[in-house]
Amino acid sequence: MADKTVSLEIKRQASPDDPAVWETFELEWRPGMNVISAMMEIAANPVTAAGKPTTPVTYDSNCLEEICGSCAMRINGKARMACSSLVDNLEQPIRVEPLSKFPLVRDLQVDRSVLFENLKKVKAWVPIDGTYDLGSGPRILPQQQEASYPLSNCISCTCCMEVCPQFSVDTGFVGAATIAQVKLFNDNPIGKVFKEERLRALAGDGGVQECGFAQNCVEVCPKGIPLTSAISDVSRDVMLQKAKDFFRS
Amino acid sequence: MAAPRIIVVGGGLAGLAAVIKIAEAGGTVDLFSIVPVKRSHSVCAQGGINAAKNLKGEGDTTDKHFDDTIYGGDFLANQSPVKAMCEAGPGIIDLLDRMGVTFNRTPEGLLDFRRFGGTLYNRTAFAGATTGQQLLYALDEQVRRFEAEGKVKKYEGWEFLSAILDSKGTARGITALDLRTMELRAFKSDAIIIATGGIGAIFGKSTNSVACTGSAQAALYQQGVYYANGEFIQVHPTCIPGEDKLRLMSESARGEGGRVWVPRKSGDSRPFKQIPESDRWYFLEEWYPKYGNLVPRDVATRAIHKVVYEHGLGIDGQPMVYLDLSHIDRATLDRKLGGILDIYEKFVGDDPHDVPMKIFPGMHYTMGGLWVDVNQMTNIPGVFAAGECEYQYHGANRLGANSLLSCIFGGFRSGPNALEYAKSLPAADGDGGEAAEIARQTTINNALLNNKGTENPFKLWRELGNVMTEHVTVIRYNKGLQQADDKVVELLDRYKNVNLSDKSQWANTSFAFARQLKNMLELSRVVALGALNRDESRGAHFKPDFPDRNDERFLKTTKASFTASGPAFKYEEVDTQFIKPRPRRYDAAK
Repeated sequence: MADKTVSLEIKRQASPDDPAVWETFELEWRPGMNVISAMMEIAANPVTAAGKPTTPVTYDSNCLEEICGSCAMRINGKARMACSSLVDNLEQPIRVEPLSKFPLVRDLQVDRSVLFENLKKVKAWVPIDGTYDLGSGPRILPQQQEASYPLSNCISCTCCMEVCPQFSVDTGFVGAATIAQVKLFNDNPIGKVFKEERLRALAGDGGVQECGFAQNCVEVCPKGIPLTSAISDVSRDVMLQKAKDFFRS
Repeated sequence: MAAPRIIVVGGGLAGLAAVIKIAEAGGTVDLFSIVPVKRSHSVCAQGGINAAKNLKGEGDTTDKHFDDTIYGGDFLANQSPVKAMCEAGPGIIDLLDRMGVTFNRTPEGLLDFRRFGGTLYNRTAFAGATTGQQLLYALDEQVRRFEAEGKVKKYEGWEFLSAILDSKGTARGITALDLRTMELRAFKSDAIIIATGGIGAIFGKSTNSVACTGSAQAALYQQGVYYANGEFIQVHPTCIPGEDKLRLMSESARGEGGRVWVPRKSGDSRPFKQIPESDRWYFLEEWYPKYGNLVPRDVATRAIHKVVYEHGLGIDGQPMVYLDLSHIDRATLDRKLGGILDIYEKFVGDDPHDVPMKIFPGMHYTMGGLWVDVNQMTNIPGVFAAGECEYQYHGANRLGANSLLSCIFGGFRSGPNALEYAKSLPAADGDGGEAAEIARQTTINNALLNNKGTENPFKLWRELGNVMTEHVTVIRYNKGLQQADDKVVELLDRYKNVNLSDKSQWANTSFAFARQLKNMLELSRVVALGALNRDESRGAHFKPDFPDRNDERFLKTTKASFTASGPAFKYEEVDTQFIKPRPRRYDAAK
């Protein structure tokens, strides 16, 4: 056995209807190890620290470069991406659990499709006329690009939703990620053609006023997206839109 | 007749581009993807997308882009499709711009361009260092719009298993596996577009995402589709070695002025800052004065290998060299390379603004793939392919920032062509082969679940990755290639004794992986034996025993077809009608 080992406790649940159990694993330490590489080790040798054979852990992952947004989970109580969670920076035993605010599928895998549905509701796209050749796009000054670019870096990991006190599948609050996308598309010279519709979609129940300004979202975002300032900007625009709609009616 | 129904498999740039064209033309699409499409591997592309917009007053033209691409690919690519791609480039950039991609801008508000490898022109449009992510999101958003309009139905979390072929060998649909319920199902369609990306997993660790196993391509190859130029594997010169994968450090780091060097003295243990310029060896700049650090990837990769293994000058005796950005000011780096520098810092712990990065080559891209004709259709009628999973745009070596272009261009071509094909497709006889294909897949699944052997599929996979990386990447010897194939044959035999530690029927990732593994093994033979047969050096394929390009024998496309005893190879003439093959060298202007 190697001198140095890594200890993990992983919350296992075979299906939504099965009970959750914790399993402990002792692995050989290797330089540069992260939580995903640890789970790859377990898959190659699925035996618990107590020597009991078990199954490889089910979890979502793809790029392992913190850009696809797949591998969000709770690690030592914090919502974060497993691929960039380096074992050397974590207190052991490393406790790994699924995100708690989304329907569980199995083990560390949850169903986060609610975010993609939300993006549909707010029309998070630029409505181009067509893909045929229509010449170049609008000129955009570097300052505007630099303001929009961070918002377009959102990887849909849903960490911001997991840590939000207001968000749950039941409250229907859209969450910070979707609100930031509304800002991104409302700031686009062509995307803003849907500005009023997007703001109205965020005006009712589950809309931007559900935000309680806990600011957890901005702290947890792995991409450092300015979520709270996006929320305040969109809040203000929603208020203005409500006022406009009130006087129009 | 009912409107044609098209299935697209894969939701990266190529797949989404195809979906958009079909939906726009009034067709309906079923889109299958292992992961939610927004998490596809295209997000990993960093540096940019090429198009000869000539916005820098350099006199760049699409003809020059065409020549750079053909020359960079060592003349192996058929020239007509490459020419068409380069000509379409500027229009594609304009379209992406209109879709709202946050491309970097010049002070006047125009698109900014930077230089990439294998060219002397600033031809690469970019959005920070996350261009693939931004492009994928733009297409994902357009597809979401069509989804909201009911023109696209997504099957995310489904894995393609096979094509359904009728008695005449024409595609009539697919079989797929629901990765959550483990349900096997048949889906009818009039044409299929395969856009399933790369094959990195056959090399164990690579820059590719977990989903890039090549399993879909390999399944189709076993059903009769030719696999073309499989031996051409791009090893990216600058990766961050890791336990779980090799993380890409974008070519844009060099495009923005990054310099590759090692200490001149072996075992020089001084911190890098105390090593004066005179004791640093900028070997790429010395060997290739015209292109410097921006030689094509195969050339840079071999140079790094040589410095580490022949000169023994790897940093601290390890297989690593410096990629240095620390001479560039912080604000510029943040504006142009922010995303990738953060990644380096997160995964390695050093800040590349201050400290040179330590990098080494890693498997990155397959130039080879499913054989397609100029309409993007394979030799199985009704099966189309686009993106990295097909072979036709990059020849023997792909230039940086041409992949995003080829994905979108190939996707845009395949969509309308598939629709056109589907419109004139006669109705299938009977069930079009559906019941037989479901029965075949059920047999495979049951055999796997009931197997009582002793082999762990993840361990077999590691052995595969090790042997493929050792013998079938940067430097290739026939003896080693033969060893690699022998090993793969052994693994195929041991695969028969695979025992799943998880036999459940709910979100069983081991089961899905074991199915992919069989396909990976079959595909590995195509790559290794294709390389064994090609006794020359061309682009990324380098044999020290055959150091020259041999146009007389090998200016040919390799076409592998599956047989029960392994791949059978034949060769096809290359279309060289526009640019006459000439020697490829980067130590001087071409």
